[in-house]
Amino acid sequence: MASITHPGHEHEHEHHGPPSGIMRWLTTTNHKDIGTLYLWFSFIMFLTGGVMALTIRSELFQPGLQVVDPEFFNQLTTLHGLVMVFGAIMPAFVGFANWQIPMMIGAPDMAFARMNNWSFWLLPPAALLLITSFFVPGGAAAGGWTLYPPLSTQMGMGMDMTIFAVHILGASSIMGSINIVTTILNMRAPGMTLMKMPLFVWTWLITAYLLLAVMPVLAGAVTMLLTDRQFGTNFFNAAGGGDPVMFQHIFWFFGHPEVYIMILPAFGIVSQIIPTFARKPLFGYSSMVYATASIAILSFIVWAHHMFTVGMPVTAQLFFMYATMLIAVPTGVKVFNWTATMWRGSMTFEAPMLFAIGFIFLFTIGGFSGIVLAVVPVDIQLQETYYVIAHFHYVLVSGSLFALFGGTYYWLPKWTGYMYDETLAKTHFWLSMIFFNVTFFVQHFLGLAGMPRRVPDYALQFADFNMISSIGAFGFGFSQLLFLYVIIKCVRGGAKATDQVWEGADTLEWTLPSPAPYHTFETPPQVSFDEYHVQNVQNVHNK
Amino acid sequence: MNQDANHYYIPTPSAWPIVGATAIFFMGFGAAFTVNKIPLGYVSLAIGFAILIYMLFGWFGTVAKESESGKFNKQVDSSFRWGMGWFIFTEVMFFAGFFGALYYMRILSVPWLGDLEHKLLWPDFAGGWPTSGPGITDKFTPMGAWGLPAINTALLLTSGVTVTWAHWALKVNKRGQLKLGLFLTILLGVLFLGCQIYEYGHAYSELNLKLTTGAYGASFFMLTGFHGFHVTLGALMLTVIFFRVLAGHFKPEHHFGFEGVAWYWHFVDVVWLGLFIFVYWLV
Repeated sequence: MASITHPGHEHEHEHHGPPSGIMRWLTTTNHKDIGTLYLWFSFIMFLTGGVMALTIRSELFQPGLQVVDPEFFNQLTTLHGLVMVFGAIMPAFVGFANWQIPMMIGAPDMAFARMNNWSFWLLPPAALLLITSFFVPGGAAAGGWTLYPPLSTQMGMGMDMTIFAVHILGASSIMGSINIVTTILNMRAPGMTLMKMPLFVWTWLITAYLLLAVMPVLAGAVTMLLTDRQFGTNFFNAAGGGDPVMFQHIFWFFGHPEVYIMILPAFGIVSQIIPTFARKPLFGYSSMVYATASIAILSFIVWAHHMFTVGMPVTAQLFFMYATMLIAVPTGVKVFNWTATMWRGSMTFEAPMLFAIGFIFLFTIGGFSGIVLAVVPVDIQLQETYYVIAHFHYVLVSGSLFALFGGTYYWLPKWTGYMYDETLAKTHFWLSMIFFNVTFFVQHFLGLAGMPRRVPDYALQFADFNMISSIGAFGFGFSQLLFLYVIIKCVRGGAKATDQVWEGADTLEWTLPSPAPYHTFETPPQVSFDEYHVQNVQNVHNK
Repeated sequence: MNQDANHYYIPTPSAWPIVGATAIFFMGFGAAFTVNKIPLGYVSLAIGFAILIYMLFGWFGTVAKESESGKFNKQVDSSFRWGMGWFIFTEVMFFAGFFGALYYMRILSVPWLGDLEHKLLWPDFAGGWPTSGPGITDKFTPMGAWGLPAINTALLLTSGVTVTWAHWALKVNKRGQLKLGLFLTILLGVLFLGCQIYEYGHAYSELNLKLTTGAYGASFFMLTGFHGFHVTLGALMLTVIFFRVLAGHFKPEHHFGFEGVAWYWHFVDVVWLGLFIFVYWLV
């Protein structure tokens, strides 16, 4: 660069600081700003999806129809799923990726800073399409978040709005993933070799590849839905030689890797938190990397376990059953490695650690119920029951979401420069932990007893457990307002955070001041590692 | 890693992304309303497209200017390579979804519909390919492979050669050959599109082969249609590159803008070969 001079041309290193006011957020190319945008957006969507969940639980508080009519109930379950998956969990992890990946690998920013901004700003139009679809004739999509035909080929224009929302969300995810892959592969600081990267970076690299492979397939699936609905194609219509089951195959080819897209970055966050608070390096670092990669690869050959009851050859059922169970092996490696990291560690239990340990306990329960569901004869019994609901909320709420909470508390002092209120954060943990289990543990019993999902009314024998579950849901929902309060309190001030923040933390971001300056690592640091993966950083120029 | 990372170019705040997001907002609502024949939808869609085109010109113009003023060092260049490469991978996966649907219908769902279990419902349906399915009885003729499609294959393969010929010229700074090669590539691409349009007309008017012609019609038109759409995009990209060449852009050692488009053009070419074999030939 320096060798080529263009007289009279603008200088590339002019940093006037960001524009002020709303324009800062609309035009930003800064990974920290964009990370913040992602995190706030996902929290708003989390509350939106949460309100839908609480409406669902209000209706299910008692048998009979009290609060909403069945059509609207179905719209709520559908949109709750779509909003939580695409609006809350995924963008929240991308927010963490934006904030943390450049700081953890010693890069000045994301590789494509403008495209990064576009990835974020595609989300609000998509969210608007989803939310406003409640108000169009026929209401929002009501066929479940999986959008199965023939229901989804019959509904009103809310379904079309959902389809285009999914297209836009997919485009956003693809651009975000290209950015993350390129940043990690091309912008690591000298000395930060692949097998020295923090595990959060590794899990995101692998997650980004999953996104690149499956988001286009989802785009194709919903495109076929659209043309079947509006342009007379027959992909999912048997009279034309197509097959509604084909949609399920294509959808779950996307959908199963999607499940891991939502959990692998959570593994990454937990793998950062546990060593810090156990004050020991992560046990089995390379096995963690290989386990993550194995889970990602296996995720492509298990999709039909979501559809054991649609009718398929027994050999296919057996293949998908065993392939699914195989995933328990690398997942087990991870759980044991986290446990071994804590073994004889000098542990303390601040809020991030509480959430990480809560994650290990509850995610493992969700993993086990997943293995139960993988068993074909059992699954045929439990398909479309509350057991499935309980299972995936254990992996998505007490899995992904708990990791997000833990990660937020872990890095909040680095982001804001202030310590959060530890007492309130611990209260948030215990309230979440208790109310989560009150809500979802009983749903296992409901499912085993045969209560179907996606119905607004149920037989009388399910009444008690449903009432308990609804009480838990409201407790869990209101506990999250405490989370919001802790964050706002921390953003506004509090005890000054040190640069190191956590005694046992050893990744690159902790060598930066708190709060992290607007631009970091404009000159890459020189990183070296001792035999225990503990890094030694030189030449950190912070501005 | 790269030692010259000190100078990685981080752009200053930019309005193009939010302009693009505004375009997508209008296009998303516009498309949803348009397919439901709500008049407001057409307007919204048109506004969205107009903003998108404005954004594309502005954004790519900015990037071209930055590139020509020497802001992109080797590391930025390799970011572009990773980015474009993985973008093309996502395009491959998009087509894989549609090829998968073709495979599923040909190998699985159509034969199932012709098997013994389905005789009660559709006694006369044999389950062969190409088919419009058991419930659509309109007669149609499938598209033959060795007429226009074979000519199209030749056109696209030749265009792959001409774009490489142009690239060779760029690398040794022969600007005349570069311009000629690019021009020929665009010409072949446009000829290909013209033949596709003629073929669609032929299918609709003489073969009674339509988008609504069951499994065969859906897979034929969706696969070739999305491919044609990508050829259109590729040809537009080539045109932009052509005008940049005319304006004196690109140097023998620094021209990823050109290479990225060439990669994309080859990708479009390879997808066509898949189409020619599985959609046209093996019928």
